[in-house]
Amino acid sequence: MRMLVRPVVAAMAAVALTAVTATAQSKVNVVTSTEDLASIAREVGGDRVNIIALARGVQDPHFVEPKPSFILAVNRADLYIAVGRELEIGWLPPLLTSSRNARIQPGARGYLDASLNVRILDIPTGQITRAMGDVHPLGNPHYWLDSGNGRRIAQAIRDKLSELAPDGRASFAQRYDDFDRRLAAAEKRWDAALAPYKGTKLVTYHRSWPNFMDRFGLEVIGYVEPKPGIPPSPSHILALIEEMKRQMVKVIVVEPYFSLRTPQSIASQVGGRVLVLAPSVGGAKEATDYIQLFEYNVRLLAAALKDVTGK
Amino acid sequence: MRTIGIRMPALAAAVLLAASPAAAQTNDVQALRQEVEQLRTELASLQRQYADRLAALEARLGAAQGAPAVPAVPPVAEVPAGAAGAGPAGPLPVYGAPTAGSKIFNPDIGMIGNFLGAVGSNQGGSETIAPTPFMTLQESEASFQAIVDPYARADFFLAVGEEGIEVEEGYVTFPTLPGGLLVKAGKMRANFGRLNAFHNHSLPWIDRPLVMYNLLGGSPDEPDTGIKDAGVSVNRLIPAGSLFLEATGEIYRGDSGTLFKTARLRDFAALGRVRGYVDLSDDANLETGVSYTRGHNDLGSGFITELYGTDLTFRWRPLSRAIYRSLAARAELVWSRRQEAPSLQRAFGFYGSLEYQLQRRWFVGGRFDQAERALNAAVRDRGVSTMLTYWPSEFSQIRGQYRRTRYGDDRRVANELLFQLLFTIGAHGAHPF
Repeated sequence: MRMLVRPVVAAMAAVALTAVTATAQSKVNVVTSTEDLASIAREVGGDRVNIIALARGVQDPHFVEPKPSFILAVNRADLYIAVGRELEIGWLPPLLTSSRNARIQPGARGYLDASLNVRILDIPTGQITRAMGDVHPLGNPHYWLDSGNGRRIAQAIRDKLSELAPDGRASFAQRYDDFDRRLAAAEKRWDAALAPYKGTKLVTYHRSWPNFMDRFGLEVIGYVEPKPGIPPSPSHILALIEEMKRQMVKVIVVEPYFSLRTPQSIASQVGGRVLVLAPSVGGAKEATDYIQLFEYNVRLLAAALKDVTGK
Repeated sequence: MRTIGIRMPALAAAVLLAASPAAAQTNDVQALRQEVEQLRTELASLQRQYADRLAALEARLGAAQGAPAVPAVPPVAEVPAGAAGAGPAGPLPVYGAPTAGSKIFNPDIGMIGNFLGAVGSNQGGSETIAPTPFMTLQESEASFQAIVDPYARADFFLAVGEEGIEVEEGYVTFPTLPGGLLVKAGKMRANFGRLNAFHNHSLPWIDRPLVMYNLLGGSPDEPDTGIKDAGVSVNRLIPAGSLFLEATGEIYRGDSGTLFKTARLRDFAALGRVRGYVDLSDDANLETGVSYTRGHNDLGSGFITELYGTDLTFRWRPLSRAIYRSLAARAELVWSRRQEAPSLQRAFGFYGSLEYQLQRRWFVGGRFDQAERALNAAVRDRGVSTMLTYWPSEFSQIRGQYRRTRYGDDRRVANELLFQLLFTIGAHGAHPF
């Protein structure tokens, strides 16, 4: 019996100690809908936060499966950061309901809709119906693809983290300032890299890029999808090819989760090229964080536009 | 924002005017152009700075106003300053475009139409299977869903037939209870096995497999089979590391189709289920569960029917091609023990099914099912089905199913071709998992 006591006590002590260490270093558990939000939260939160992103960057963020393993992650979250604007309407509500976590229910302190203070484009005016496809009545949810919005998201996360973990306020503010500086320096590079192509016309697969194209002064004249969420039809493709020929459009930007077959056949018809850009962090190997995401996209886009415009 | 918008061009014009004589003096057109270009960039950056600062200010203002935990006003989406071309300025309603403030609190309303057609010989001499008419708007589903208060949400699903309306489900959920509990109360589809909780429109087939008719309380006049009753469901996560483990306990009044009948208040039905889930990779996962339920059957208070079930689902969906390819394999086994006057009826049934997504809009599938009858286990029905599904969009679905059923009582065979058209209007519901 005595032989048993010692190991048991030792084990209990070890458990107690680990528990103490765990409380001493208590971190804010953050769960985000996408890897972009996770990357920005990591910039601001540093090692004071644990971050899990639900949707992967290579995934279409409209169609994420509400897997039970996500419920586990959301169950432990102190803060949930959503993209908002109904991007996650098909999968987030059941996850939040079944998370058994009061802290992150919409309206609670631990729920942050990242879209509330950003610049939103494509907000429909007038009557909208599903005859327009899967329209987002609250505006285009792909707003993180404007680095100015990235900055605003970072501000919102900084304020929210400071509210949830007041001890870290100074650290969050300092990390935000650092991120802001690095982002501003990078923005100068990106603006310079794409400046020669201002006004160039492009076609994209889905309406994922209005904020990105607007930021760099590029013009999207059409989409491979006839309407949001509706797969391309032959008649639409023919009309698009005609329009691209008429306006001399040579570049088709495609998200990594769409099939390349149709875009490639359009490109071959108009003598143009297909460019797979990353709409999210993790959407390409090189797009490892929010700033790298833009680095990657700007580099690829500038190279492609240089080729087709000769500038 | 608007004042800035007007002032900026004016300022720019003034600067330009002041700049032009200097440029004219040097007669250097190139320099003038450069200067204009430089001014333009400066103006643009100034505008951006103002937009950023305004947005930041609004964010602060919003944070200051939104400080109380329960906001006095419904959530609105502000269009930040600087959103040129972004549409209307000011607050936007979250749930559509209400003409009166009270409409904001209306629940999300959706309607799923379910139009069915059938051809073939359905004279199998059996009354187990609900005969599908030539054409019917079988059972449309109306859904009303909203958050009740900071502590609860409510979901109503009404099954609207051609002639009547029935409450398919109507329950309140308390997602914020202490102890990690998730509690539901109301009329619900019971958490027995995997399939029972599915609504008709989210099934991978047009019909339900034989095991649900034979063992889970189906009847010829009730095409929508399964255990559904008024009761309370308590559900808790069991900590198990990265493994998702969930235990459910439910109590029902004890009236469900032909399965359970209650004669006295204390003849309630009880149910227990444990469900496990694990991600095999980012693309594949496995889900399994065991279920048990018991209740009193139609022979009276002294007679109990017990059901045991186990289910297994494997899913594969490559993340980067998730909208084009997927596969799901399901199997479910159910054992029934029904107390009868002289003895015990022990019946068994199961189904196995496979669905594969070929393209963005096309799915194929197959199902094999077999079930003995709860009332007479000596009779065993068998069925085979193949399915082809087409999705015009996320909001509609066309499906064809060939079903061959060999009934056990007189060895007759029914060959049927079923056709289904599903169409959704209203609120964008969540996709089932």
